[in-house]
Amino acid sequence: MSAAAVASLSCPQCGAAIQLRTLDQAQSVVCASCGSILDARDPNLRILQAYEQRQKFTPQIPLGTRGTLKGEKWEVVGFQVRCATIDGTSYYWDEYLLFNPYKGFRYLTQYDGHWNDVQVVKAAPAESVNGRQPIVTLHGETFKHFQSSSAETVFVLGEFPWQVRVGDRAALRDFVAPPRMLSEEVTPGETTWSLGTYIQPAQIWEAFSLPGKPPKPEGVCANQPDEYKPVAGSMAKRYLQFAVVLVVLMLLRFLTASRTEVFTQSSVFDPHQKPESLAYVTPSFDVRGRTANLEVATTADLDNGWAYLDYALVNETTGTTYEFGREVSYYHGSDSDGSWSEGSSRDRALLPSVPAGRYFLRVQPEGDPSLNRIQYVITVRRDVPTATPYLICLVLLGLPPLVWGLRAWGMESARWKESDYAPSGDDSSDDSSSDDD
Amino acid sequence: MTSTSAACPNCGATIAFRWSGAVQTICPYCKAVLVRRDLDLEKVGTVSDLPPTSSPIQLGTEGRFGKDAFVVVGRIIYAYDRGGWNEWFLRTTSGGSAWLSDAQGDLAISTPAQPHEPLPAADHIRVGQSYAFDGYLYHVASLTRARYAGVEGELPFESWDKHEALFADLDGEGNASTSNFATIDYSDDPPVAYLGTYVELEQLAPRNLRQFEGW
Repeated sequence: MSAAAVASLSCPQCGAAIQLRTLDQAQSVVCASCGSILDARDPNLRILQAYEQRQKFTPQIPLGTRGTLKGEKWEVVGFQVRCATIDGTSYYWDEYLLFNPYKGFRYLTQYDGHWNDVQVVKAAPAESVNGRQPIVTLHGETFKHFQSSSAETVFVLGEFPWQVRVGDRAALRDFVAPPRMLSEEVTPGETTWSLGTYIQPAQIWEAFSLPGKPPKPEGVCANQPDEYKPVAGSMAKRYLQFAVVLVVLMLLRFLTASRTEVFTQSSVFDPHQKPESLAYVTPSFDVRGRTANLEVATTADLDNGWAYLDYALVNETTGTTYEFGREVSYYHGSDSDGSWSEGSSRDRALLPSVPAGRYFLRVQPEGDPSLNRIQYVITVRRDVPTATPYLICLVLLGLPPLVWGLRAWGMESARWKESDYAPSGDDSSDDSSSDDD
Repeated sequence: MTSTSAACPNCGATIAFRWSGAVQTICPYCKAVLVRRDLDLEKVGTVSDLPPTSSPIQLGTEGRFGKDAFVVVGRIIYAYDRGGWNEWFLRTTSGGSAWLSDAQGDLAISTPAQPHEPLPAADHIRVGQSYAFDGYLYHVASLTRARYAGVEGELPFESWDKHEALFADLDGEGNASTSNFATIDYSDDPPVAYLGTYVELEQLAPRNLRQFEGW
């Protein structure tokens, strides 16, 4: 048995030919010529609503277009434009009705360049409330309430499996779990739930072989998948792996560093003497091995005082000089809060990349005049590990996941800014108005 | 399954029954409504030509549901002011029967059930209310006053005297793979509940589907 794909009739208003692509499934059909809405169940196509459509809209996918979406063949059979008014602003969106005799109906919605692939769900979601935000659960997936609105049909084209009329109203509630959205549509006779999945505009263009490029989507759609979040997640994961590697490298470094003492000398000076007269050079010492760092540690015997040492490390052969000044200060005492101390009697300076060679130190000490004599020890060590480069590395590597994490957070706040749960102060006036009573 | 045949008392054509237990059938040639009285058929009326359908199911469609293979033997077309749907009558190889409803491509298989809980009365049931039947929760999705708009093939009862009746469609929560479905048919007193699940066409591994030009 074979059924004709299209039944042909004519419009009682203007006489134009009317095609029925969905046969007995069609309840109403819009005359493409005069815009009258006709009763598709009536053999004479009784007029349900004469042309009243004030605005005219053109579907982006022409009626009758067939395409392959997600591996299934679909034909565009109906188009309607609906409008919701929220806080005095009207929002328009398009709904395309798709048909396949073996699959039934499916919808595509388009708002501000964002597309959703929508199917009516047969199971009723379970509803509960989390704080003041209702949530619904379908097959184990939880959807958060996004927005409630009232929708009005403002334009129709093609045919529909229900009796459509311009001016039809429905109460909508949208619940999101990106990339999915569950929508409840309540009319006096019926409650319908549908499940939408965010779909890239390019996929629509490809499926229906539409010319040109899809318009760029504006803003963030309620159920638009967060493109930053998974990236931020995988970055954070990789960062943790890097961090583990770095810590292991650092441990290895600390365990294998030689810390060879190449020179040590104890000296005493009187801080009341002129600093110039205190300057001296140490005996020469050998620094061996490949180029590595060199630690110059100063330990001074200080009791509530300071010492400043002007150092110069000089390579005897090349004359290369590393100049640096170090201050050692240590104060302690007790007050009403108990005992306290500040500073340390030990200081270490790390000279990076010092090649092997014969060196000496030129030292010019200076000290706290309140002290009579200051004894100090200079110790020079080769190849001393330090955590600093590892910590800098950890911080720098942590920046990209942090930036992407912030972007994900920004997208999430942009999404919810359009919802009934916008965290702005705009609607605080509504909340506080009741306090005046 | 044994097939029996009889002659149409109206036009003389041979009526082959797909199901020996059929109570009523429609002569595919003269559209006479024939009711079985033992071995004879009695003409109780005629049906007009059926509207062109876009349902992929037709008489003779075969498939599987669970462990059972089935064949479609009959059909009732229901219509209401804003729509309509098909109820296909299935006979299974194990000797059972079920209804496959096709409402705008949404398919559901159900069988008459006697839940422990009493069924809500016709004048009490409302859209949005919830009822538990045999441990499952159902929500009333729609209430429809529908009438017979046509019959085809073999049915387990006489449809000729059927009038407009109230039907309640209920959706259940089910689980991730299936969604429960229930219908309460108020055409008889007491009302009859049909419990089942929504199905996808390919799930039924169907054969002998209706062919559509270009699809």
